[in-house]
Amino acid sequence: MTYLAKPKLRHPSLPKNALGYTHRDYEGAISTLCAGCGHDSISAAIIQAFFEMDVHPHRVAKLSGIGCSSKTPTYFLGNSHGFNSVHGRMPSVLTGAALANRDLMYLGVSGDGDSASIGLGQFAHVMRRGVNMLYIVENNGVYGLTKGQFSATADKGSKSKRGAINSDEPIDLAMLAMTLGATFVARGFSGDKEQLIPLIKAAVAHHGAAFIDVLSPCVAFNNHPGSTKSYDFVREHNESVNRLDFIPARAEITTSYKPGEVRSIVLHDGGSIRLRKVDETYDPADRAAAIGYIEARREAGEVVTGLLYLHADSTDMHDALDTVALPLNSLVDADLVPGNAALAEVNASLR
Amino acid sequence: MDNATHINDFVVKFANVNGSGSASANGLFARAILRMGVPVAARNIFPSNIQGLPTWYEVRVVEDGWRGRRGGVDLMVAMNPQTWEKDVAEVDPGGYLFHDSTKALPPSRFREDITTFGMPLTAICNAEYSDARQRQLFKNIVYLGALSALLNIDPTEVDRLFGEQYKGKETLLASNRRAFGLGRDYALEHFPCPLPIRVQRCDRVGDRIFIDGNSAAALGCVYGGATVAAWYPITPSSSLAETFAKYCRSYRTDPATKQKRYAILQAEDELASIGMVIGAAWNGARAFTATSGPGVSLMQESLGLAYFAEIPVVLFDVQRGSPSTGMPTRTQQADLLSCAYASHGDTKHVLLLPEDPTESFAMAAQSFDLADRLQTPIFVMLDLDIGMQDWLTAPFRWDEMHRMDRGKVMTAADLDAGRDFGRYLDVDGDGIPYRTYPGTHPTKGSYFTRGSTKDRYARYTEEGVAYVDNMQRLLRKFETAKSLVPQPVITKAAKRTKSGVIWFGSTGAAMAESLALLEQDGIHLDRMRLRAFPFADAVGAFIAAHDRVFVVEQNRDAQMKALLVNECGIDPSRLISVLHYDGTPITARFLVREIAEKAHLFNVTPLRKVAP
Repeated sequence: MTYLAKPKLRHPSLPKNALGYTHRDYEGAISTLCAGCGHDSISAAIIQAFFEMDVHPHRVAKLSGIGCSSKTPTYFLGNSHGFNSVHGRMPSVLTGAALANRDLMYLGVSGDGDSASIGLGQFAHVMRRGVNMLYIVENNGVYGLTKGQFSATADKGSKSKRGAINSDEPIDLAMLAMTLGATFVARGFSGDKEQLIPLIKAAVAHHGAAFIDVLSPCVAFNNHPGSTKSYDFVREHNESVNRLDFIPARAEITTSYKPGEVRSIVLHDGGSIRLRKVDETYDPADRAAAIGYIEARREAGEVVTGLLYLHADSTDMHDALDTVALPLNSLVDADLVPGNAALAEVNASLR
Repeated sequence: MDNATHINDFVVKFANVNGSGSASANGLFARAILRMGVPVAARNIFPSNIQGLPTWYEVRVVEDGWRGRRGGVDLMVAMNPQTWEKDVAEVDPGGYLFHDSTKALPPSRFREDITTFGMPLTAICNAEYSDARQRQLFKNIVYLGALSALLNIDPTEVDRLFGEQYKGKETLLASNRRAFGLGRDYALEHFPCPLPIRVQRCDRVGDRIFIDGNSAAALGCVYGGATVAAWYPITPSSSLAETFAKYCRSYRTDPATKQKRYAILQAEDELASIGMVIGAAWNGARAFTATSGPGVSLMQESLGLAYFAEIPVVLFDVQRGSPSTGMPTRTQQADLLSCAYASHGDTKHVLLLPEDPTESFAMAAQSFDLADRLQTPIFVMLDLDIGMQDWLTAPFRWDEMHRMDRGKVMTAADLDAGRDFGRYLDVDGDGIPYRTYPGTHPTKGSYFTRGSTKDRYARYTEEGVAYVDNMQRLLRKFETAKSLVPQPVITKAAKRTKSGVIWFGSTGAAMAESLALLEQDGIHLDRMRLRAFPFADAVGAFIAAHDRVFVVEQNRDAQMKALLVNECGIDPSRLISVLHYDGTPITARFLVREIAEKAHLFNVTPLRKVAP
């Protein structure tokens, strides 16, 4: 993290979007994550996407669970209401919020521990219900705040910082979301803004449950030989909690590649993540084919990113419930309370 | 029982097989008696089962209007071979046994000190109906017909009830009438009708209604302005959410668009249902969940969040036999501590303690005002006895002038007017801060809600001073709650006494009767019925004004006593527990025996020996 406060003064010539907001109106507090953390790149992408999308910042509600990723809503959209809830329970809190006011935009931010382990049940059901939201998982395959335990998205055979080999199958949240009824599913990489920002923008525009799995390397705990989800890690790192702030700054990995091209991101330990862009023949509208394709590439050791699945003509939870157009939280006594005549009828029917 | 005539004062118990369609016939039995102006206290005693296991329905016909179980049985309608021995044994000496005599039983299976009426119900139904299910279902209506003759129940009242139930379903109406007539005619011909135990028309029901507490609470939620309900099925609370859906369809459908002014989600578990309620309430909708003890256990972590983040959620806990799965279809008041101090860390919650369906309705509606006003979870503590049994109870009343109290909410206009917004700032000195709904203002009033420590302006901090400041304010808020929650009902005994008794919830049904009986026996007790936690100042004062106070509750560990001792600083030796926790509703007989015995220990001598 940095202790340098952002200047309060704004240059009058700062570019404004269609609503008259500057980029700064979409920023939040200064990040307290480790310098070089992939999550900060995702926050930057969110800021950029919402700025470019001309969204009123205060009409967004940002919700998260617990973990490094769940801290990030403090670092963007400072004029939005935020809710840092309970570990693994963001999906239900977001669902309830969405029930109360269908007019706001809901942004759920979570991590691989929060969504794939403790919160897997709620992750599944929020997709099934088609809650109108953008759900982002900042996926680094590791528990950061508790210092380096495997998460449920860590690949089988990958090695932890302490040398343990993960013997469990990984959970692919994007694949899961596709099978559970999410109508917009994408995978991005925090180091590839050119890909990620358009994905976020498309997801924001989507009506229904939109999910983006963003691979987001952990500079502190997943950067050693044998890891499949990190870049370099300070080999001499001290494990004391108080030394977190002393991790040296590292440049974020950035990649740029063309459709159809396979690109390896070489990690410090010599291992690699191979990223494949969705090729020209890939049809994101064909869910069954998409699932087969992603699975085949996974077996070949590659991770498919991009827009994986889109059901453009989708409906959401409110459509299914057939709720009124007005937000439920705006209804008043006259809309809600049946009054004495109705109560007299009820009483009469019970005699 | 003696052989004297017992008009409007006897107990009929139906022993049935679960899933045999008896519930509908038994309900008609109770309602027909009510229609004759005679009060009843009815209770289902049912298993955790859909089909096959034994189930009982007990109707106490009681002109005096007592609402508790009396204990004992005067007429057993023994329709379940599985439980025959036990059912026959339960009849009071001098009582009556009604049974299906199609298959003859040896005399050894009967008792000589009771009168037996055998009726070939199966044979009659087999001769009358060809369909197997009809044979089964109409057997219940046939015995209803027979009972109407035996107990002098007016057949025109039953006929009217048929007419209301099967309005527009003429075939069903006709076949029910026919089955009823078959039974009635048989009984009139073969039995000495009516029996000395009998119903006689009177005018003791008044304008009271017959309904269960879960339905009443559900209706209260409609009147309380709840728009979001999230729940997970669990006995004995499921019918609360389901009845809320039913009432919403009637009263919350937009007349023009036919769309819903409510949203009900059946969640994947209780973790999710409380999460949804928290999210909805945070976002300005009135929201509730309904659950039972195991669900409350699952919700603990989120309840701590709701307390600390000050979210106005409403939770109905329809208590059942615990711990663990316990006795899911039996009643208890054993979740008091797990709700009052729900979650880890220092937490205290507001509990409302309705005594019957009438109060369940009123307190359900009020709970949403309290939640919004206090910005904290409100627990409405029902139990299975209130929630799932039909009670004869005062009609629901509503103040037409009442408007929802949404509590301290700052609007965009407030913010533009320059009002200082600090989410956890105690502006008014009552411990209750102001909140804003998400999306209120482009640049003012947004804040970040979190379960971790924050300062008065909702900024994250781990400073001990800020933490203590916040926790002390939450205590002030709890103090404020004392005067806002329903106050205890205190009644003086007929004679001056230094002894008192405290009770709450469904215990009230048996309490009134037992106090009357104790009074006849010379035991006078001042009374206090608790209606909420935290306790009003009057609670501590009542205890202080008496040498000893009985505390009646339906759990093993005297949880309410623990709350009283803990919160009011009471010397525990002054509180004498009367505990009933076998899962059946507490009875007046039990209360009289326990209190008389314990009163004796304290030299409060009864005038005469109290009946066991």
